[in-house]
Amino acid sequence: MIRPRLTSIVEAVGSTPMVRLRNVAKHCPKVKIYLKLEYMNPGGSVKDRAALQMMNDAIADGRLTKDKILIDSTSGNTGVAYSIFGAALGYRVALVIPENVSQARKNVTRAFGTELIFSDPMEGSDGAIRKVREVVEAHPDKYFYPDQYANPSNPKAHYLGTGREILQQVGHELTHFVTGLGTSGTMMGVTRRLREHTRKITCIAVEPAGALHGLEGMKHMASSLVPPIYDANVPDEIMAVETEDGWDMSERLSLEEGLHVGHSSGANVAAAIRVAERIGEGCVVTIACDRGDRYFTPMRWEKHYEW
Amino acid sequence: MPVTVRIPTPLRTLTQGKDEVAVDAGSVRAIIDNLEKNFPGLRDRLCDEKGVRRFVNIYANDEDIRFLQNLDTILKEGESLSIVPAIAGGS
Repeated sequence: MIRPRLTSIVEAVGSTPMVRLRNVAKHCPKVKIYLKLEYMNPGGSVKDRAALQMMNDAIADGRLTKDKILIDSTSGNTGVAYSIFGAALGYRVALVIPENVSQARKNVTRAFGTELIFSDPMEGSDGAIRKVREVVEAHPDKYFYPDQYANPSNPKAHYLGTGREILQQVGHELTHFVTGLGTSGTMMGVTRRLREHTRKITCIAVEPAGALHGLEGMKHMASSLVPPIYDANVPDEIMAVETEDGWDMSERLSLEEGLHVGHSSGANVAAAIRVAERIGEGCVVTIACDRGDRYFTPMRWEKHYEW
Repeated sequence: MPVTVRIPTPLRTLTQGKDEVAVDAGSVRAIIDNLEKNFPGLRDRLCDEKGVRRFVNIYANDEDIRFLQNLDTILKEGESLSIVPAIAGGS
């Protein structure tokens, strides 16, 4: 199918393909595992959906105007999405990010004219959240703060988009949906949509096994500021994944499936395979949140320049 | 003057909320052993059987210990050791 001509890059968001994993779960031949390739969005991640919905809803009701600067805390993908749509739609963007975010992330957002404000690397994403609140409180008229952790447009994007698409793509056979918790927007929105299906579809949330982890984009709820959009009653189950298992699975997805995905996608697939092993027969959908190339760390000889 | 160890937010539940801890000077390995004595469970968060976990960065002053002598890197009195998650978390 050839996509129609677009009048703006924002129209390229959504309608992502789904691919069956044939090699990494060979030991579960009666379970179909599908990976929905959210990295096919124009900003390269699932965050395009929430960012665009938050911007469109705010433009529609006047919270975001050309006089204001859109500001948010984000360790990467949402920031890339805001930056692209800000440039395409003509809105200024500023981001608060922890200083230890990879150099590649910093470069990609700056390329779209976005201003970067750094927060303490020791305090992670929660430090960035606290910092953005300070900046906005100091100049409330200057900024529009979408607050992806609390904005209902975030799960709404997945209710209207991702969830609907999954039902169109595999609704007739889907038994389980698995995805990681970050802002929890994907889990909340998709699950609410899948609940409307006549058949019971089990929805499983994935979180890092510990407070100190290396699954970028995912939140360990017990030790984090819990996002206001998160409702612990929505998922049927919460599954913990070790960082190493997520990292190893993202490597295997590259080598065995030709899917170069980030660590959170690796964790999602590791969890989906665990579900497949348990059920023995069925159909599991999970999410490829972004590509792996955003996570390459600087080489040894580069590090003195980059860090 | 001992070595100052900077503790990241996710590990402060183990250090009674402290963001900095003073430990006797020595190798990184000895410092981690020492931390484990005072704050049980900390070593397991930082290291597995192969050494420092892949997603944990430990800096001796401003240098990643992977580019020094790893766990055998020596810290002198007054120097600092920082534990920094390889990623920022959140999304």
